[in-house]
Amino acid sequence: MLSNTGNFLLLLSISFTSFIIYQSFICLKETNDVIFKSIYKISLLQSTTILICFFTLIGAFIVSDFSLINVYQNSHTLKPIFYKISGTWGNHEGSLLLWVIILTIFSFLFLITNKNHPKNYRVNTLIIQNILILGFLFFILFNSNPFSSISPIPKEGLGLNPILQDPALAIHPPLLYVGFVGSSIYFSAAMASVITNYSGKSFAQSIKSWVIISWSFQTLGILVGSIWAYYELGWGGFWFWDPVENASLLPWFAMTALLHSLLVLEKRNILYFWSIILCLLTFTLSVTGTFLVRSGILNSVHTFANDPSRGIYILSFLSLMIFASVYILFAKYKPTHDQINSNSKETFILINNWFMMFYLITVLLGTLYPIFTDAISNNKISVGPPFYNSVIIPVVVVFLFFMAVGPKVKWIKNGFLNFKDLLKIIGGAIAVNFVITYFFKSYSLISNLIIISSVFLIISTFLDTFKKSKINFARIISHFSFGFLIFFIGLNHNFSIEKDFNLKLGETIKIDNYNFKLKDLKLQQYDNYKAVIGKIQISDLSTNEKRTLNPEIRIYNNPQTLTYEASIKTNFFRDYYLTMSNIDRSDYYNIKFQKKPLMIWIWISVVMLSFGGFLSFIRNAKNN
Amino acid sequence: MQKIIKITIILLLIFILGIFFLSLNKSSNYNTESLVGNKLGEIELVSFEDDSIFTNDDFKKNSFTLINFWASWCAPCRVEHPQLMELSKENNIQILGVNFKDKKINALKFLKDLGDPYEYLARDSNGKQSVNFGIYGIPESILIDDKLKIIKKFVGPLTNQDLNNIKEIINNL
Repeated sequence: MLSNTGNFLLLLSISFTSFIIYQSFICLKETNDVIFKSIYKISLLQSTTILICFFTLIGAFIVSDFSLINVYQNSHTLKPIFYKISGTWGNHEGSLLLWVIILTIFSFLFLITNKNHPKNYRVNTLIIQNILILGFLFFILFNSNPFSSISPIPKEGLGLNPILQDPALAIHPPLLYVGFVGSSIYFSAAMASVITNYSGKSFAQSIKSWVIISWSFQTLGILVGSIWAYYELGWGGFWFWDPVENASLLPWFAMTALLHSLLVLEKRNILYFWSIILCLLTFTLSVTGTFLVRSGILNSVHTFANDPSRGIYILSFLSLMIFASVYILFAKYKPTHDQINSNSKETFILINNWFMMFYLITVLLGTLYPIFTDAISNNKISVGPPFYNSVIIPVVVVFLFFMAVGPKVKWIKNGFLNFKDLLKIIGGAIAVNFVITYFFKSYSLISNLIIISSVFLIISTFLDTFKKSKINFARIISHFSFGFLIFFIGLNHNFSIEKDFNLKLGETIKIDNYNFKLKDLKLQQYDNYKAVIGKIQISDLSTNEKRTLNPEIRIYNNPQTLTYEASIKTNFFRDYYLTMSNIDRSDYYNIKFQKKPLMIWIWISVVMLSFGGFLSFIRNAKNN
Repeated sequence: MQKIIKITIILLLIFILGIFFLSLNKSSNYNTESLVGNKLGEIELVSFEDDSIFTNDDFKKNSFTLINFWASWCAPCRVEHPQLMELSKENNIQILGVNFKDKKINALKFLKDLGDPYEYLARDSNGKQSVNFGIYGIPESILIDDKLKIIKKFVGPLTNQDLNNIKEIINNL
């Protein structure tokens, strides 16, 4: 029943989408500047239908309708309702439906919120966006249909991968999707802009809000993924330069560059084609990431059951998208001779763009290189953190200095920079770093530089709030948070403590300034898993502070899997992070303990970073 | 000049997309299913702990042996590790771990953190031995019987389904 409803709604969505494209072409032929009312109406119907379609799938997960293969493969009657719902997008087919929802809603919102821009530009955007929607709808219907039925109907489902049964992972995909699928709208708008010659300031204004909102969500999505990796994977790290993590970071770099280049386009009417390239690049990188993850070329928790035809479809779609955009861009490209003074805000923003491109190319190379060597020479290599750390970290130091100075520079032509003030700020940053190393612990030269440059950015941005001219709080909060983010990551990296040892029940062990006691082990039965819960008391001998942590070894029923759950005690100064694993054929448990200072501030910095984005969105909406 | 840039960009894009396409078809290249049913050749693996050598005779005494190729730097190996731990509880099977292109200290830490399912642990620091087993990438596992005949090959991380599959095979002697 739900299978039929779902398929019917999918077909209906395809009809609406085709009708919008058809009507839009007719509308383009009309000489007046009015978009047909019918286009608005069908767009609304299209969004509503897709939403109902998605809710139908959620309904199937809630009632455990195992007549749908998708529900059978990814759910189970005993699964808590929250994870039944999040299971809807925790698999390839359902998540594609979420893709289409965002494509559709963004298409509709763009249509109704950009009424002060010319008809041709808006209608062309609508056509391109709906071609994308149509492509994905066909992909869903013929290749990745979440409403495919199974007969005979199984009595029970296979369950969702336990590692994905987590609140952070339930919200991670929707946040990330708003980010990178949201970038589709400025991909379409950029194409439409080139086709209709609608360039300059007005174009920048029409897409700025969309860039900001997708950037903010993308930032939050990456954050939630990192938090999940931190407490779920049990290694105590939060960023592993895993190709799948990189896939989410690549569009973020492009978006950040775009966000800044749009400021120049809006203010000075220069860098138009560069902004267009960034618009196209952002969404292209998003689809490339999706291709790499979904085709099974990269192996990770994000790789859903492998199906070669799926990869072929996304690759064909990606190729079409790339060549269509490159063709249009080349056909319409006109070389411009933008005059930019080297001592101006424009130059500093361009420098920001170069840095972003440098990071983007580095991460892209690191991610694709193993695929290339594998395909060309059958040589399996892996590019890991040492590559990224050694290439990216030293450059971050220089980047932070430019980031601090850039906002102080004026548009068009700046007077001389006030080097005296800058030297004072650098002096302050060096003093802060000196205090840290003197009172706590010394660290490597590069760590010193990272701390100094991040403090430089923090102080410098803070001083910007005292400026007499109009203050852009959104920018200040974002730059300030980014400075803090790097600062806290630097401190966290240098001051983390890690201990590895074995303990058996009742035993106490003293390591450095800590006593660890395994006081108790409890077996607890939950709905969808049972857990061995350890009670480990940690006494800090220098402060007499006692903490009890409860790491778990979980045994999930469906599918039967063993996972190790870290126990984390967080406060504003540090995290105690502890995992416990059983040692085969022994009554000892392996304990991995980490003390990670200022961990929560890393998360808070990223939340603030994206808050800056949201603030900028509101500011921009008000201005327009 | 502009024309050259345009052509270069297009060629670069074709190259990247072409590689993606090749990678997609790669799965059929490393389909070593044809090895199933064959007998393993001469095994000569260096023990992880000392320099002693594991040979065919070491595995002939086991009803079944699962040869698992892994490394501490390999994320999917972490994913399949609980399955190996579970399998190590079975009586009819012994697991031989071949540590692939890894550093000893990292490998030991991996096993300390996640548990050690291996009855035998061998090292293949430069990856050459693994090639003799038809290993394409890791993780990969080969199930052999006491006559060293390859019963099944598992490319990629072992799933629960694979685990049940192995259990079925070894318990239906």
